[in-house]
Amino acid sequence: MRIAILGFGSVGRGIARVLLAKDLGIAVTGLADSKSGIIDAGGIDLAAALARKEGGGPCGNPGVSPADVVAKAKYDVLVEVTPTNVETGEPALGHIREALRRHKHVVTSNKGPIALDYPGLRALAEANGVLLKYEATVCGAIPLIHAMQEGLAGNTISRLYGVFNGTCNYILTRMAAEGLTYEQALAEARELGYAEADPTYDVEGIDAGIKLVILANTILDLSTTLDDVERTGITLLSPEALQLAEDQDCTIRLIGEIIPDAGVLRVSPRIIPKTHPLVVEGTLNAVTVEADLAGDLTFIGKGAGSTETASAVIGDLLYIRERYVKGS
Amino acid sequence: MKLEMRDQPGQLVAALKPISAVGGNIIAVIHQRETSTPAETLDVQIVLELPEGRLPNLLELFRAQGINVVRIGEERLLYECTLIMIGHLMHTDLSDTVDRIDRTGSAEVTELSLVMPAIDTPSSARITIRSTTRAEMKKAMRILRAVAKQKDLLIIEPLEDA
Ligand SMILES: NC(=O)c1ccc[n+]([C@@H]2O[C@H](COP(=O)([O-])OP(=O)(O)OC[C@H]3O[C@@H](n4cnc5c(N)ncnc54)[C@H](OP(=O)(O)O)[C@@H]3O)[C@@H](O)[C@H]2O)c1
Repeated sequence: MRIAILGFGSVGRGIARVLLAKDLGIAVTGLADSKSGIIDAGGIDLAAALARKEGGGPCGNPGVSPADVVAKAKYDVLVEVTPTNVETGEPALGHIREALRRHKHVVTSNKGPIALDYPGLRALAEANGVLLKYEATVCGAIPLIHAMQEGLAGNTISRLYGVFNGTCNYILTRMAAEGLTYEQALAEARELGYAEADPTYDVEGIDAGIKLVILANTILDLSTTLDDVERTGITLLSPEALQLAEDQDCTIRLIGEIIPDAGVLRVSPRIIPKTHPLVVEGTLNAVTVEADLAGDLTFIGKGAGSTETASAVIGDLLYIRERYVKGS
Repeated sequence: MKLEMRDQPGQLVAALKPISAVGGNIIAVIHQRETSTPAETLDVQIVLELPEGRLPNLLELFRAQGINVVRIGEERLLYECTLIMIGHLMHTDLSDTVDRIDRTGSAEVTELSLVMPAIDTPSSARITIRSTTRAEMKKAMRILRAVAKQKDLLIIEPLEDA
């Protein structure tokens, strides 16, 4: 099977390393970062591309644009792993549409396009006889989408809630454990590379909110946008508040919650008993699904990371190959 | 509640039956022969827990058994919710915040722990609200959310409802 990869950052390089390390029978015939691209029907030398990128250069040829890769490379699946834009989804949205129109399957880790136009993209994929997969957009390595779409297919989900943002979970874990202020814990998270220079997207609950929108729209048959999510971040949390929770054997976590029938879609800090399964440490994610047939299920795992996110992308790729890509 | 029944074998058991019939839970039964009551009656005090709205049912069943309910004690507040507030709690009149809940008459703030780290920095408080019914608790939460919005306070609710 041949794939083209857009984006050669943490996730893109993670995928490349897995493909080099494991013989999965996947060849990369197109690759692009923000400023360069390569198209090679014979298969790109990934080790060389990684070396160029890690040396600080572009991954390919400055004369080849991402749009060229999408339109001209010979591939079965487009792997779209560029940065998330929550307002427009672009340029990823355009690239994904173009690939679907070319009858190419698409696998993405990019939340923007899925949160903004899943119904449109799905219809386009169906019209062109291809698949659109997005496991990596929610909770990194945890195969939550697959579990809900396949394993729990006959269930009705009455509630879904959990820890969807590793950065916030790390900050709250540290505030509780060490009595740090929010600012101190954030500074520490930044130093360790768990928080961006501008942490707004994580700490204001936007990232968790957009994951709720993806789950609501793609699995729970709702039609929501980020504006429908009632959102409170963690920036105002005080060490004293965590201590007050601690006094009662509880702690505070940023919880995303969907209750479809009650129209609840919210992200907010919540008091939670320390023995609760959703109280996970560090950057872990944890999600509980309440299903009518299966009962309660809790998924815990790494919500981010280069290899962990690559795991979800590779899972989607192999799913597509099993079912759709002939002769590979 | 205090019951008055005929002092006959089996009467007490007969009195307890309707309680489980309406889904109640008996916590304590105290009976004593008081000198003030006629010799042939027995006074019994029962402490019990009842699901919401079942009291009229139970009274009906008692009446049918010929059991006289002398007195119904205080209904205790069974629903409890503990939450944390962060903000300028004193500057925004904490006692008024508490009062708005107490004023409902059906829910009240029963505990409050306040931590004020330094002047001009936001303080944090843990408050416990109790109410007789789930609906009253929901109402109290709605009021508190509105007050928090108005006073610019952050409310951290528990993951699970009362
Ligand atoms: N990192 C994770 O753990 C994780 C987990 C789940 C989901 N995701 C999602 O996965 C996506 C990628 O994340 P990441 O951490 O790999 O990001 P990243 O490290 O910032 O890398 C982004 C890559 O995309 C390239 N790029 C930017 N604009 C582009 C464009 N218009 N066309 C082609 N390439 C473009 C960048 O090019 P340059 O190298 O030239 O800057 C870079 O190589 C994001 O949407 C993110 O939300 C990430």
